[in-house]
Amino acid sequence: MMESNENILEVENLKINFKTYAGTVKAIRDVSFNLKKGETLAIVGESGSGKTVTTRSIMGLLANNAVVEGGTVMFHDQDVLKMTEKQLQDLRGAKIAQIFQDPMTSLDPTMRIGRQIAEPLMVHKGMSKAKAMAQALDMMKLVGITNAENRINDYPHQFSGGMRQRIVIAIALINYPEILIADEPTTALDVTIQAQILDLMRELQNKISTSIIFITHDLGVVAGMADRVAVMYAGKIVEYGTVDEIFYNPKHPYTWGLLSSMPTLETNGDELPSIPGTPPDLLDPPTGDAFAPRNSYALKIDTEKEPPFFKVSDTHYAATWLLHPDAPKVTPPVQIVARQKQFAEMQKKLAAEKLSHPVEEEEERQ
Amino acid sequence: MDYHNAKKVLEVSHLKQYFNVGKKDEVKAVDDISFDIYEGETFGLVGESGSGKTTAGRAIIHLYTPTSGSIKFHGDEVVGMKDKTKMKQFRRDMQMIFQDPYASLNPRMKVRDIIAEGIDINHLAKSKEDRDKRVAELLETVGLNRDHGSRYPHEFSGGQRQRIGIARALAVEPKFIIADEPISALDVSIQAQVVNLLKQLQKERHLTYLFIAHDLSMVKYISDRIGVLHYGRMLEVGTSDEVYNHPLHDYTRSLLSAVPIPDPEYERTRTQIGYDPKYEQGDKARKLVEIAEHHWVQASPDEIPMYQERAKKEGLKVL
Ligand SMILES: Nc1ncnc2c1ncn2[C@@H]1O[C@H](COP(=O)(O)OP(=O)(O)OP(=O)(O)O)[C@@H](O)[C@H]1O
Ligand SMILES: Nc1ncnc2c1ncn2[C@@H]1O[C@H](COP(=O)(O)OP(=O)(O)OP(=O)(O)O)[C@@H](O)[C@H]1O
Ligand SMILES: [Mg+2]
Ligand SMILES: [Mg+2]
Repeated sequence: MMESNENILEVENLKINFKTYAGTVKAIRDVSFNLKKGETLAIVGESGSGKTVTTRSIMGLLANNAVVEGGTVMFHDQDVLKMTEKQLQDLRGAKIAQIFQDPMTSLDPTMRIGRQIAEPLMVHKGMSKAKAMAQALDMMKLVGITNAENRINDYPHQFSGGMRQRIVIAIALINYPEILIADEPTTALDVTIQAQILDLMRELQNKISTSIIFITHDLGVVAGMADRVAVMYAGKIVEYGTVDEIFYNPKHPYTWGLLSSMPTLETNGDELPSIPGTPPDLLDPPTGDAFAPRNSYALKIDTEKEPPFFKVSDTHYAATWLLHPDAPKVTPPVQIVARQKQFAEMQKKLAAEKLSHPVEEEEERQ
Repeated sequence: MDYHNAKKVLEVSHLKQYFNVGKKDEVKAVDDISFDIYEGETFGLVGESGSGKTTAGRAIIHLYTPTSGSIKFHGDEVVGMKDKTKMKQFRRDMQMIFQDPYASLNPRMKVRDIIAEGIDINHLAKSKEDRDKRVAELLETVGLNRDHGSRYPHEFSGGQRQRIGIARALAVEPKFIIADEPISALDVSIQAQVVNLLKQLQKERHLTYLFIAHDLSMVKYISDRIGVLHYGRMLEVGTSDEVYNHPLHDYTRSLLSAVPIPDPEYERTRTQIGYDPKYEQGDKARKLVEIAEHHWVQASPDEIPMYQERAKKEGLKVL
């Protein structure tokens, strides 16, 4: 990880609606977050919570019926939401790239893969064909396509699903983008292939120090990929923090539900904890905390007033009234209590190690 | 489960399901698999995409005619079954729940009629009132409302549609349900709801399940025993605790080591085990051998000692 404190992306108070026959869908309801250079930010949350719409706004790729109600998406010091189509094309080809769940949707079935990988270089950097093809070949090797020289002229259908996703990654990374948006990039793949692709993404991130926004519903993948995590529910971020803070010390009841309803290889027992009910209708979002109707920890105020973000640490915030100083103390689900214990032990161990190796610690800092 | 006194509901032996037989593009989708399923248990079938899980399920429920092999249900041979009444009973006793709750429900039919389809075909209802009553009860059983019956599938969420699919399967009072990736298309928070429902129904109705999935954590949670399929072959069979905690076959070890766990500390220290599929090729004749009690591994005679050694190292009861 080559994180720094420099924000390369700052999303502030983003609100996006969709006009539909049934009415106005309030898809993104005041979302703010930032992305640091070289980090991986995971966005998790239920289907329809707004993960894809958020990232599409960063690429300037919103559907025709979308209306930006407010907010800014600052990439360095420019607002993406105010860019011209020409500027956006430049941005998408070179500075922000993305990969999707289904590799076939982002590949051209009629074009040889070498050419597809080389094209962004020719279009955005005006590189000669020969030079671009040479770089494409290097990139194919980098993403682990075996026998690259012989395969450069093959078509997408001649590759397996995992290899196709590698090709998509090669295309996305050929211009060394500053931000890579990965929307469920491994959901369609088997665990073994998934593990290879995730390794590849980590390795490439180190090599070219790209920042990654990683969207997935697989919390196992998040645990292995993310530096920080943002949890979305019904068009809002309800909690964000470092990966350890979210997995071992979550504060929002929705995060609790999400983490405990996923069995690990150790889960036993007759019933899995589940979140009852279904997500709210964004045509008419409820007043107060949108999660309240499904939340067994809901307080009266949740149905009346939307909770603001409460600070848990410098890096950890959660929007739940439970964190208000006057709120009653509640005990999270057992799975969460177990996670908190594990966390406390990890930190104790870490502190003890620091005490016993003060010299090494000093060296590491330099 | 007590496997000494358990009754076998399903006995699959040497099942082969090939496609395009004799052509250049012949696929040995299921290639000589044998396993039994006991009454009241959940047998999980895992394996990567294309390993033959769906094909095995479809062959067992007789959507395909097997290339060869035998499938016995309650002791009766199903392959080539001539007796029409018995076949009809088999079609009722064994039901399937599908992966895609969107594609598997007829969009033009009301939910009530979708659920009642099997009731009608099998003439299970004495009257229209009886039919309505059964449908209403089924809707409630799966956690929906009685008045949901008059609506159409598109008016429901994915989790609700999967419940409709379950109600449809239950309508004919089956004994055995094949669930092919029943939760893969659902959201994480809804997956737990559906899994809990399946478990509760199993208890109440003494159902036996063949549960197919590639989410290994969920399969582990729901299954009593597990079979690992690879290239159409069964490589390892055992109780889910044993297969997950003490895998013996290299492929199983590699597969399990790739499962992402929602625990950052674990993920930081995870080591992945590689696997060379060349191992399974070649001309060695292998079959499932019981290495430790109730724990089977595909092995050739000369590989048996090696697996026994592994089992011993894992602290298993070697036979
Ligand atoms: N073009 C559109 N017109 C109307 N509504 C839309 C449109 N695009 C998205 N939405 C709505 O916006 C909300 C957020 O959708 P989004 O695709 O961002 O969800 P998501 O979190 O990515 O979900 P998933 O996990 O299923 O991909 C949903 O309610 C969706 O129905
Ligand atoms: N009707 C068919 N004709 C030809 N080949 C088929 C047919 N059905 C399946 N196959 C092939 O048989 C093999 C096994 O497929 P199957 O669908 O059983 O796999 P699976 O384990 O269910 O995979 P997944 O996890 O992707 O659902 C694959 O190679 C597939 O392409
Ligand atoms: Mg999405
Ligand atoms: Mg399948």
